[in-house]
Amino acid sequence: MGVEVKVEGLSMAFGRQQVWEDVSLTLPAGEVSVMLGPSGTGKTVFLKSLVGLLKPQRGTVHVDGCNMVRDRERDVFEARKMFGLMFQDGALFGSMTLFDNIAFPLREHTRKKEREIRDIVMERMELVGLVGAEDKLPGEISGGMRKRAGLARALVLDPQIILCDEPDSGLDPVRTALLSQLLIDVNTQIDATMLIVTHNIDIASTVPDNMGMLYRRSLVTFGPREALLTSEEPVVAQFLNGSPHGPIGMTEEKDSATLDAELAMGNGLDFQTREIVPQLEPSPGLPPRAAVHRRRERVLGMLATLPHAAREAILATMPGHTHPTPPPAAPDAETLAMEPLRVDPSTWSPRPEGQA
Amino acid sequence: MTTLIPPPPPGGPPGDPADDGETTTRKQTGERRPVPGLGWLRQTGALFSLSLSVLRMIFKRPFQFREFIEQFWFIASVTILPAALVSIPFGAVIALQVGSLTEQFGAQSFTGGASVLAVIQQASPLIVALLISGAGGSAICADLGSRKIREELDAMEVMGVSPVQRLVVPRVLAVMGVAVLLNGLVSVVGTLGGYFFNVIMQGGTPGAYLSSFSALAQLPDLYISEIKALIFGFIAGIVAAYRGLNPRGGPKGVGDAVNQSVVITFLLLFLVNVILTGIYLELVPAKGS
Repeated sequence: MGVEVKVEGLSMAFGRQQVWEDVSLTLPAGEVSVMLGPSGTGKTVFLKSLVGLLKPQRGTVHVDGCNMVRDRERDVFEARKMFGLMFQDGALFGSMTLFDNIAFPLREHTRKKEREIRDIVMERMELVGLVGAEDKLPGEISGGMRKRAGLARALVLDPQIILCDEPDSGLDPVRTALLSQLLIDVNTQIDATMLIVTHNIDIASTVPDNMGMLYRRSLVTFGPREALLTSEEPVVAQFLNGSPHGPIGMTEEKDSATLDAELAMGNGLDFQTREIVPQLEPSPGLPPRAAVHRRRERVLGMLATLPHAAREAILATMPGHTHPTPPPAAPDAETLAMEPLRVDPSTWSPRPEGQA
Repeated sequence: MTTLIPPPPPGGPPGDPADDGETTTRKQTGERRPVPGLGWLRQTGALFSLSLSVLRMIFKRPFQFREFIEQFWFIASVTILPAALVSIPFGAVIALQVGSLTEQFGAQSFTGGASVLAVIQQASPLIVALLISGAGGSAICADLGSRKIREELDAMEVMGVSPVQRLVVPRVLAVMGVAVLLNGLVSVVGTLGGYFFNVIMQGGTPGAYLSSFSALAQLPDLYISEIKALIFGFIAGIVAAYRGLNPRGGPKGVGDAVNQSVVITFLLLFLVNVILTGIYLELVPAKGS
């Protein structure tokens, strides 16, 4: 099972520039969370703070007893082995082939034989649809392929926490949908805690169990997906609708005069309520996600604290109610060479043996 | 415990500037009123902290042998020929200068010893260091810098692998090793060049050249030469790695970092050379005294 990530009072500034302050949230173990936010609100900075690459000035990030912000480098390095981070553009090593890139964590941290490494790497490459490209250099492939290779490398050590930085940027809509499915399938298989940073509304509405939004130097909200999808908070509603009308402007925030003028015109914050899209299910043939059950218990416990609309939406997904629409089927895998996860469970051992 | 990696560059986070444009502003690390000169001190401190990290991690297993060999070969291959070509005229210039000076007060017989000592003790380590820093150090700096801005180093850290141990240590060791070996080559070639010019061009006698050499030179002269080369190599490697690990955002920043690494290395080299020479002359008595 995944590991809980507990963020408390995290504040980050570059000089006088406050990126965000006092961010507190908990990524529940084994669940998929999405962090939304307009460009430039420090989502990537937040992700890097979680793994301790950047050191926020205040606050703590607790992962399995280790404070990623303040603890000694040695402990942080040890804790990082639990993480798999997929960078925005893959961050592959330019001088190594894709195969060597994906094999890198195995060669560094395990004492596996080359044969075993080859098996694991080829399996992960098949998973993300990169078979046949293993001898290519990162400079010779497209951005989308680099991204998928980055994901394969993040998955190779069976991490307990997977962080994805904009998995959709540079991918076409079909690949994005397949990637969404892949992320859910990975979560089903290894039950890892996942955080996806994105501003893609499709991913945000179909993949996560929980959603949060960063805006104006703070965390606007973090909670179950239904709470955000039904939210009447102007910022959240505007963002999820992709509407030009609302508090978010081209330059991060509109001045109040523009906003007042818009309100006076009557096209301000008047959104149609968004229909809640059902969450993606694991691909056929896979067991149900373990996280679903845990989340249900957790969400039912906090039901009283949620607004009315969210409560309705949550109860609608509970047993006894039916989905408004059947879950979307996975697109034809053969033609797209990016097959949904169909892995022999024996090879997905929780941790590679002989780990250093 | 010292920090493993120097603090992030003043240019802000290494993230995508397009996405985090708002956050990539100049860093002043919290101070309201920055004290003048503080930035300098901070850089110097970070440089020393990196050298301590490197020294400590030299002994950390597993040693990156493959990386070490590759870097050693690369640095050697780009420096051997230029070093040999530079050292011939350099030895010649010293021989000519010393020769014409000694001739003025009739001490031609000491030309050999004086010019060989000058070549071995001063010229050779400096030539080696300048070439190593110019050819090897700049390549190391550019390599690490472009890896940094492409987030490769971040990715490595996230995978629990220290870039200092994995990349910087083998490079610094390779630079030091090449510097020591190259110093031997330059000493020999420079001495031969000096001999050739003194004996053939200036009409000196081979016997006087050699006997003055054995009268003045001693083995510690060779030791200090190699020690200098070792220390200069270390400085060149550390400065190149430090500037490479901390470029100021973007490809332009990497170019600037390479430029600065060479300039900083040169400044440090000549300063350290003065100190080492002073210590040597103080500690080791001249031959025959």
